[in-house]
Amino acid sequence: MSAPVFFTWCETSWIGAGIRDSTWLFPVIESLHLLGLAVIGGSVLMVNLSLLGLGLGPQSAAQVWRDTRPWFVGSLAVMLGSGLLLFTSEAEKLYYHEAFWVKMSALVLSLVFTATVQRRIALGDPDRIPPLRSRAVGLVSLLLWFVVGAGGRWIGFS
Amino acid sequence: MTAPIEFCHWLSGTPGSVAFHESIWVYPIVESIHVLTLCVFLGLTVMLDLRLLGAIMPATPVSQAIRRLLPWMIGGFWVMAASGALLFYADPVTNYFNIFFRLKLIFLVTAGLNAAVFHVMASRTIRQWDLDPRPPIRARLAGGLSLALWAAVVICGRMTAYRWFDGDLESLAR
Repeated sequence: MSAPVFFTWCETSWIGAGIRDSTWLFPVIESLHLLGLAVIGGSVLMVNLSLLGLGLGPQSAAQVWRDTRPWFVGSLAVMLGSGLLLFTSEAEKLYYHEAFWVKMSALVLSLVFTATVQRRIALGDPDRIPPLRSRAVGLVSLLLWFVVGAGGRWIGFS
Repeated sequence: MTAPIEFCHWLSGTPGSVAFHESIWVYPIVESIHVLTLCVFLGLTVMLDLRLLGAIMPATPVSQAIRRLLPWMIGGFWVMAASGALLFYADPVTNYFNIFFRLKLIFLVTAGLNAAVFHVMASRTIRQWDLDPRPPIRARLAGGLSLALWAAVVICGRMTAYRWFDGDLESLAR
């Protein structure tokens, strides 16, 4: 069975071929992806530590959420942009790679969870939200993002 | 005194190094730990540096951010250092001749010195600017320098996986 047209099209596009044929383009984009990881990892961790009652503490979750949003969104854009470029250079291979699908599923779940449940809890009144609930949300978020990161690393082992 | 290269040769011959190098699962797992702990150590370092630059958390006192985040950063640092040392141990000679590995160590030491200088400076003066949304120039300089140096460490770390110039360094050593 061959990969769907879209994946083949990505890989044979001039962008995909250009990255694949270049010696240094792939490593450079990978580095950018890693630098983005540090920033997105930091902002995700800041919010989740607060929700867990650690870091800057549960009282500051809403403040931390608001303060880190521009950095979260900005680094997410860098991650998606650099990730898409890396994807185009080996789209067909990724189609058959389990880790890629695990990562993408976890990414969608993480983003949905962040924009809905986590957002509501982080911005809610900390005195009215049971500590156990905000802790559970922090833990689930950390686990989901961990799968995204671990899946990403696993793509490299093939 | 043993030359570093002799030490690396000796280290690469030890049973642990050989087993680690040839392992199917242990090496990728240690490497994954090294990369993912980046989020803890470097992620929080970036947040603190941004605070020093006046770019984030304007209402949080700098001393509070340091006090609450430093334990996590230190913990993350030791996980990174230990897993990094293990990765070096798996292939000492190749790493020794890798130009990016050497550059990474230089940037790493420089970033450490920058942090040490900042802490000495901050411990004396932080009371005067703890609440400033935008700290004074020396603190901003330390934050900016830290961001640049750690970015260089990450880039060199990533490039260490590619062995583009190893032959050049090896022939120089002869």
